[in-house]
Amino acid sequence: MPQDYRLDKIGLINRNKKISFKFNGKSYFGYEGDTLASALIANGVHLVGRSFKYHRPRGFFGAGVDEPYAIVQLYRNNETDPNVRATEQELFEGLEAKSVNCWPSVNFDIGAINNFLNKFFPAGFYYKTFMWPKSFWYKVYEPFIRKAAGFGVASIKHDKERYEHKYEYCDLLITGSGPSGLASAYAAAKNGARVILAEDKPRFGGSLLTSEVNIGNQSGKEWAENIVNELKEMPNVIVRNRAQVFGYYDHNMLVMSERINDHLPKSKKYSPKQRLWYIRAKEVVISSGSIERPLVFGNNDTPGVVLSSAAKEYLKVYGVLVGRNPLIFTNNDSGYETAIEFKKNGIWPIILDTRNNPNSEIVDEAKRMGIDIKFSYVVVAAKGYKKVKSAEIAKISEDKKELGAIENINCDCICVSGFWTPTIHLASQSGNKTKFNEEIDAFVPGKSKQEETTVGSANGIFTLEETLKTSFEAGHQLSKKITKNDNKVSIPKVVEKKLTKHDKFWCVPLPKGKKYKRFLDFQNDVAVTDVELALREGYRSIEHVKRYTTLGMATDQGKTSNLNGLQLVSDVENKIVPSVGHTTFRPPYTPVTIGAIVGREVGKHSKPTRKSPIHSWHEKHNAVFVDAGVWLRPRYYKQGSEGLFEASKREAENVRKNVGVCDVTTLGKIDVKGPDAAEFLNRVYTNAWLKLPIGKARYGVMLREDGIVMDDGTTTRISGNHYHMTTTTAQAANVLSHLEYYLQVIWPELNVNVVSTTEQWSGAAIAGPKSRNVLQKLFPNIDVSNEGLPFMGYVEGDLFGVHARIFRISFSGELAYEVNVESNNGNYMWEKIIEIGKEFSIQPYGTEALSTLRIEMGHVAGSELDGRTIPYDNGLQGLLSKKKDFIGKRSLSRQAFVAEDRQKVVGVVPLDKKTSIPEGSHLVKEEKAKLPNPKLGHVSASCWSVEYNNPFSLAILHDGKNMIGQKLFALSPLKNKSIPVEIVSSHYVDPKGERVRS
Amino acid sequence: MLHIKCPYCGTRSQNEFAYGGDATIKRPELNKEVSDKEWDTFVYFRKSPRGKHLEFWHHISGCRQWFKVQRDTTTHEIFKTLKPNEDI
Ligand SMILES: [Zn+2]
Repeated sequence: MPQDYRLDKIGLINRNKKISFKFNGKSYFGYEGDTLASALIANGVHLVGRSFKYHRPRGFFGAGVDEPYAIVQLYRNNETDPNVRATEQELFEGLEAKSVNCWPSVNFDIGAINNFLNKFFPAGFYYKTFMWPKSFWYKVYEPFIRKAAGFGVASIKHDKERYEHKYEYCDLLITGSGPSGLASAYAAAKNGARVILAEDKPRFGGSLLTSEVNIGNQSGKEWAENIVNELKEMPNVIVRNRAQVFGYYDHNMLVMSERINDHLPKSKKYSPKQRLWYIRAKEVVISSGSIERPLVFGNNDTPGVVLSSAAKEYLKVYGVLVGRNPLIFTNNDSGYETAIEFKKNGIWPIILDTRNNPNSEIVDEAKRMGIDIKFSYVVVAAKGYKKVKSAEIAKISEDKKELGAIENINCDCICVSGFWTPTIHLASQSGNKTKFNEEIDAFVPGKSKQEETTVGSANGIFTLEETLKTSFEAGHQLSKKITKNDNKVSIPKVVEKKLTKHDKFWCVPLPKGKKYKRFLDFQNDVAVTDVELALREGYRSIEHVKRYTTLGMATDQGKTSNLNGLQLVSDVENKIVPSVGHTTFRPPYTPVTIGAIVGREVGKHSKPTRKSPIHSWHEKHNAVFVDAGVWLRPRYYKQGSEGLFEASKREAENVRKNVGVCDVTTLGKIDVKGPDAAEFLNRVYTNAWLKLPIGKARYGVMLREDGIVMDDGTTTRISGNHYHMTTTTAQAANVLSHLEYYLQVIWPELNVNVVSTTEQWSGAAIAGPKSRNVLQKLFPNIDVSNEGLPFMGYVEGDLFGVHARIFRISFSGELAYEVNVESNNGNYMWEKIIEIGKEFSIQPYGTEALSTLRIEMGHVAGSELDGRTIPYDNGLQGLLSKKKDFIGKRSLSRQAFVAEDRQKVVGVVPLDKKTSIPEGSHLVKEEKAKLPNPKLGHVSASCWSVEYNNPFSLAILHDGKNMIGQKLFALSPLKNKSIPVEIVSSHYVDPKGERVRS
Repeated sequence: MLHIKCPYCGTRSQNEFAYGGDATIKRPELNKEVSDKEWDTFVYFRKSPRGKHLEFWHHISGCRQWFKVQRDTTTHEIFKTLKPNEDI
C-alpha cells in the first residue's frame, strides 16, 4: 500500500525496512529512520491532539524539539511515557502511541465546548474564576481541571528500565552538530583539545541536512558526514547523538540527557534506557542553532499550519509532504527554500510574501522556476476545522495596517516563516544577560558570563560563510587557551545564496467584523486578545504577563511563542522589545524523564545499606530487620507465630530474667588520640574528663553551642593518650564532623586526632543477671567479678584466640557487658557467645526489646534527645560541670533554660494499665477542651513494661518536675485515641540503679 | 553544582563537600566572661550578605578538612579558598 504523502526518491530513511506501529489504536507503517510525526504525516494523519485550554484540534507544527502540539502518550515494552513529542520520537517496530488532552477521543472531544464558550476562558481565567468559593476548589474545580487538562499520564508501575548517571570532564563541550558546532569541534579537536560533541537528533548536521549549500566542493550534508566520521575516530573526542544538553549550571557544569534505547522496541541487554551526563567543561560552545518564528494570523493553530522549515525537513529528511497543495506564507527568504523544494518534487506551491518584490537571489530563482508568488500578501485566516482546507488571503497596505479585499484560496497546508529566533536558552541559563539585535528582531547572547561562547545562528549569524569562519576561529582560540597548541585547520570555501532582509511584519490585522483567534502560544492556547487583556488590566512586567496569561509556560517553554509575545507587548505598550525584556529561561531546555534524573538511586540503591558482620546469622535465625540510619538491624527474632509484640516481650523478659545478647556493631565509634585528648574531651563533654583513669569508661553528654543536647555515649580510656568514644548510631557522622570542626578550626593548638572506627569493631551487648556467668566462661583467664571488673570498668582479653575489648557498660539497666572484636571476627564472637550462653538460657534480642529495656529504666535516647531538649529536660543536669567550661555551657544560663517550670522527662502509665499510648500523643489537662487544646507535653517513646506487665511511656512534659502523680490525658487524634494517664517518675524500674552495679 | 578548590586536595565537585556556615564568626574564648548579648550574637546572629561571603566548607567525602571559601552569594563565583588559620 503506497503512502499518500510519501515521495519515492528523496529522504534519508531506509525504505528497505518497513516498521509497523499503532496510533490511537489504528495500525500504520513507516520506515526505519522515520519519527512518529513523519510516519503519521506520510499516512495523511494530521490530527494528533487537542489544545490545552480550548481543546481545539492540533496537528504538527514543527519537526523537532520546538514542537508545541504533537505530544503523545507512548507505549513501549509494557511501559508508558507521557509528554513525548511525536516529532522527536523515532519509530520502532510495535510502537504504540495515543493522543493526550482529549476526552473521550481525539475526533470527538468534550472539552472542545470550551472553544465555543471561550469568553469564559480569557487571560487570568483560572485566577478569576477558581478563586471562590474555597470549598469548590477540591470538589469541583480541581477534578475538572485535572480531567480536562494535562499532557498524559505518568505510569504508576515500578519502572523496570535502567537509567545511569555519568560524570565527565572535557576541554570543550559543543552543544549541537550543525555547521557551527561541527566547525568548532573540528578546529578544537585538531588542536588537541578534549571535545564532547552533543547532538540532540539522531542525525548529525543540523541545517546542513536540509540546506542547498556547498562546502569545500561537497554538499553541506556530505561535508557534515565526513567531519563527523573523522571526529568519531579521534581519541580525544566523544561524539553523541540523541543527546540533549538541557541545563547550564554553576561553574560550567552542564547536564545532558542521552536517549540510548528509546528508539528501539526494548532496551538492549546491559544497556541503560537513558543516561544523564554531568559534564564539567572548561569551555562551552553553544551551537544550538535557531528556531523559525511563526507568523500570527486568524486560526493559525489549525492542523496543517506548519513552520516552513519543518515542511522542508519532512520533505528532505523523510520524503514526506505536509500537503500536496501548499501555501507558503513568509516575511523572509527562508520560505522560498521550502517552496523550491516542493517545486523540485513536482508539487506547485503558492508563495505569499509580506514584502514588496524584494531584490533577492532566491526570489529570482523561484520566479525562474515559475512559482506563483504574491508580494505584499498575507494569510488572514486559515479555514477548515480538523485540517486546513483553504485560506483567506488579502493584499496588505504599505504601512501593514489595511487589508485589501479578502480572497479565498485552496490549499491543504500553510507553511509559515516569520524569520529566525536564536536558541539562547543555554546562554541565558549560564547567567548571560542577552541583548536585543534589531537586525534580526531577536535576542542574542551578550557578554559571556561563564566560560561560554555562542556561535552560528544561535548567535544571530545566518550566513553559512560567516558561521563557518567564526566557528572555526572560536574552536581554535578556545582550544589554544587550554592546550597551548596552535594547529590551525583551513576554512573550506562556501557556496550559498545571498540573503535579503526580512520584513519586520509578523502579526496580520483582523479584517473588520471578524474575531478570528490569533494564537501566540500554541501549547498553552494564548491568543493575541489574552495578552491585550492582561495589558489592559494593568500587567506590565513581562514576567507578570507570562504568569497571568500562561504565555510561554508550557512544556515547550515558549520556543516558538516567546518573541511574538514580546513583540505584541512592545507593540501595545509602544515600547521597543529590548525594554520589555524576555522572561528568564530555566533548565531543563526540554523535558527530562524522572528516571534519568534519579538514575541508579532507586529503592535500596538510594543510599548504602550497611550490614553488621553478624547479619547472616541474624537472617538464619528469623530476624525481622529495621532501618536504623543506614544500617539494617534485627528488630526482633521471630519464633513460631510470634508478632513484633510477643517476640520483643519474650526477648526483653529474658534479659530481665536470664541473659540476652544484642548486636551493637552499629554504634558510632570514634578513636580520639593524642596528648591533649583528655583536655579535648573535657571541652566537648559537659562533665569532667581530666581524671578518668586508664581502663575506665565514663558516660558523657555533648551539647551544641546553643545548649541543646547533641549526643550521648560512653568513652573509655584505652591507654594514656587513647580514648574510644561511642556515639548513637544516628549521630555518628555528625559527631565526627563536630569534633573535626573544633579541632581544626577553633582549637588547632590541641594535639589530638579523631577517626571513625565504627566499621573496624563489631560489638555484642551481653545483658541480664546471668551475663557474668557467660562472661566468665568466655574469658576464663580474666577476673570478671564485681571487684575485678566493676561497673564502668574496661579490660582487654582473649576470646578463644581473638583479641577482645570488654566494657562493663549497660544500656538495658541490667548487669551488662559489651564485647568488641575486630569486625572480621564479629560473627565468630557472636557464635561463641550464643554457644556458651546456651546453658544460661541466652537469647538474642533486637532493637524493639532494647527500646523496651531502656524506656522502662528511663534512659533517654534519640526520641528524647531530639534536637530540642537541654540536659535538664532529660534529667542529665547532674552531668553539668560547674568547674569548667564546655561547648554550649554559656547557653544554659539563658532565661528560658533556667525557668522553674521547664519541661522535663517523666514516665506515663495509662490508668487502665492496658491501653498502649501512641508515640507522639499530646498530654493535656482536659480531654475535651476548646481547640486547640493546650499541650503540656508529648509522649516520646512507648513500650510494654516487662517488669510490671503494663504499658509504659516516656514523655517530655512542661514543669515535669512538679507533675509526678498528676492525672492527664494522652490524646492522639491521628489514632483517634484519648487515654487517661498518670504521670510517674521516668525511672520506672530499679530507680536507684542497683542492678548495673550488682 | 559548584566546583570547589579544597586547599588540601585540589578542585572537586560540590557533592564531596558539606556547607559549614559563616567563617567570620569568632567563638568567644573558653572560661571567659561573656555578656548575654555577645553570646547571642555568636550563637544566633548571621549576616546574609548579597555578594562576597566568607564561609566554611568541610571536605566530608575527601580529606575531611574544614576550610574557608570566599564566594559570591549571587553568582556563586569563588574568589579564594583558604586553610582555617589563613586570612583573606
Ligand atoms: Zn580535601
